[in-house]
Amino acid sequence: MTKVYQKSPAFFDTFERKPSMQKTTHYCPGCGHGTLNKIIADQIAELGLQDQTIFVGPVGCGVFIYYYFESASVSAAHGRASAVATGVSRANPDSITISYQGDGDLAAIGTSNAIHAANRGENMIVFFVNNNIYGMTGGQLAPTTLIDQTSATSPTGRSIKNDGYPLRMAEMIAGLEAPTLVARVGVNNPRNIRQAVKVIKRGLEIQRDKKGYVFIEVLSQCPTNWRKEPKEACEWIDEVVCKQYPFGVFKDLAEERGAVERPCKRVEFDAIADQLGLTADDEDASQKIEMLQDELRFKFAGFGGQGILSLGMMMAQMSMERNMEVTWLPSYGTEMRGGVANCSVVVGKKAIGSPAVDNPNVLVALNRPSLDKFGPMVPGDGLIIYNSSLIDQVPDDLQGKVYALPATDLASEAGTVKAANVVVLGFVAQKTGMFGLADLEAFLADTFKKPSLLEVNLKAVKAGWDAAEET
Amino acid sequence: MKKLVKGNEAVVIGALVAGCDAYYGYPITPASEIAHAASEYFLPLGKVFVQAECEVGAINMVFGSASSGQRVMTASSGPGISLKMEGISYLAGAQLPCVIVDVQRVGPGLGNIGPEQSDYFQVVKGGGHGDYRAIVLAPASVEETYRMSIEAFDLADKWRSPVFILTDATLGQMMEPIDIREVETHRSEKPWALDTRAESNDNLVTSIYLDFDDMEAHINRLHSKYQQITDEEARAEIYGADVPDIVLTGYGITGRMLRSVADKLNECGIDATLIRPQTLWPFPSKTYQEIVKPGIPVLSVELSRGQFVEDVRLALPGHKVKHYGRVGGNLPELGELVEQAEMLLQEARND
Repeated sequence: MTKVYQKSPAFFDTFERKPSMQKTTHYCPGCGHGTLNKIIADQIAELGLQDQTIFVGPVGCGVFIYYYFESASVSAAHGRASAVATGVSRANPDSITISYQGDGDLAAIGTSNAIHAANRGENMIVFFVNNNIYGMTGGQLAPTTLIDQTSATSPTGRSIKNDGYPLRMAEMIAGLEAPTLVARVGVNNPRNIRQAVKVIKRGLEIQRDKKGYVFIEVLSQCPTNWRKEPKEACEWIDEVVCKQYPFGVFKDLAEERGAVERPCKRVEFDAIADQLGLTADDEDASQKIEMLQDELRFKFAGFGGQGILSLGMMMAQMSMERNMEVTWLPSYGTEMRGGVANCSVVVGKKAIGSPAVDNPNVLVALNRPSLDKFGPMVPGDGLIIYNSSLIDQVPDDLQGKVYALPATDLASEAGTVKAANVVVLGFVAQKTGMFGLADLEAFLADTFKKPSLLEVNLKAVKAGWDAAEET
Repeated sequence: MKKLVKGNEAVVIGALVAGCDAYYGYPITPASEIAHAASEYFLPLGKVFVQAECEVGAINMVFGSASSGQRVMTASSGPGISLKMEGISYLAGAQLPCVIVDVQRVGPGLGNIGPEQSDYFQVVKGGGHGDYRAIVLAPASVEETYRMSIEAFDLADKWRSPVFILTDATLGQMMEPIDIREVETHRSEKPWALDTRAESNDNLVTSIYLDFDDMEAHINRLHSKYQQITDEEARAEIYGADVPDIVLTGYGITGRMLRSVADKLNECGIDATLIRPQTLWPFPSKTYQEIVKPGIPVLSVELSRGQFVEDVRLALPGHKVKHYGRVGGNLPELGELVEQAEMLLQEARND
């Protein structure tokens, strides 16, 4: 004897994850979820996709979908199934990732995640079960609740004034460019079920072929919360609900779309080192800078755009390449844009404690506000180098040794005012004895690949160096 | 192979070396360089990088990838971490390994983008709902940020738990050299993960246990794991005098500044010892109990009006612990901290 009807092999034989009544589902009598589950299971089995399938369960009546399907499953937080499914799908490029969500979950608390997963065209299939009400939490108003429909939180019926209009998700999603298939089907009568079977099969085939995002809205009856008999609830969908939510395929680009491959690879260290542009270190790890003292604390300050941060970075980079301990710390906030920019650099022989420089050994001030602000913080044995091209008045309470350097003018003579920071680099290197002129030139040759730019910067650094030698 | 990088980039390089498969994030200052570096490095290497629609989306993508057995991370700063907290509770409940970076900024509310350490309660004490814990690592330099980023993935796998790396605007934005080398990592087998093999068909990743007794058993299992983590993973850096006149304590950037304070005090003939917790949960209480003898004053410094200090006080019941904090984005100056330490010593002598 041939069995003509049996439970889909995509389901568990008995629902052992269910606490009681393990032969039946937890869905209420007459609910559309059971029918939809059966269609999905049948089609997964027919297409042979059970092993590849991963279910992302929602919060709502679908929360226990893992009771029934014998496929890998994960429970998402309320509304987050499409985001979780994104992570699942990216991690498992060969999977059939199913996000199974209700109308509170997808159309209210999780709208953003749902729309953006659709807009990215994730390889996933979303079943959006629309029964115009919150089921699990006890029949409250959903974004999809019809106008005048009563619910636990709209006891006199949904009002446009208070609650707005019922949300048509399928139409919204179909308006996006990325989705491959968007449809609305029903599971309330045999004709609608036959159409649902077709659409769901097509959706799963699209997933099998990795052709992107599929959104299938399913109008489902909720006799319990609608306070209707099951038969009456099924008829109400045809008579009333589908007027607000018409059935149909809103978009089907399966034929013109190709597979979307999104890699998820593990790589060896060498590939990472290449990507980071790492080069082998000098084998001699000895510290190669003669320092005036064990630790030198620099403050570089000026207008945003004067190359202050990169000046500090050049000092830090060159010191690091000579095996010194270094830190570089930028200033924050509104100072970053147009106002005063500054950075702190510490170069030392030993591990550096605080990277913040309050009393610099060396201050470079490229504009007046910087000199006014930081100048008085330099102790008596410190160096103050200020940009005499832009600063005509020096505060009289300075204790450190003060050098006037026409950095902007010298840079301009070298070819561009933008090289003022490189002029300073030459000056500071000479005055602190940290780097020789040849070291600076070699460093600039590594930094500036464009010959014309390199030439200007070599001139600038030499100008700074010479100025230091002359003072 | 040395490279001069920001703390925020060091996190990403550490993650790559640890074999991180996927990054999901959302931009926020002062953490955005993490996403910048991740997008620059992950995609060309064939790894996953997604800029999510929101912080909530990002943490739930992490949830999806972690449940699929991937090494996965996200990063943000205070306001974004607040948003992620729901997802972090679910990750802890479902025992999913992942790494979350919080580059702390100033709060409450929008605050500003300067450094603070005021996410301590939110990150160390839970933040999300339910009776869970997450491991929290607190680096104090860019190099340590790099090393802890590698280690965080191993810890996450080992304990099937979210692991935080708690830094701040200063550590995130400052540059220091890191030494990048191939390291041995310990990627766990994950037979519970979701994948496309028939063997995983019965796998279920969830945090729901409807039956009260099942749920109680689950929470008890989590807590026996938490006890083990407390016993095995708590640690701190000790620096300075063996027998101190004063103990200084702080984590992250302040812990590092206190190192300079200890040096300055020692130069003045005051024996100071620094205790710098490297794990904030589990908190290295035993270290405090071993080092801080009765009557020794303790100065606890943090960039908040007093969050971390509560754990120091819990570790040292009945002991006088003085809190000093700066907020709003300000770092204390070294002289200011030395002065606080000297004042505390004076008070202790007068007692």
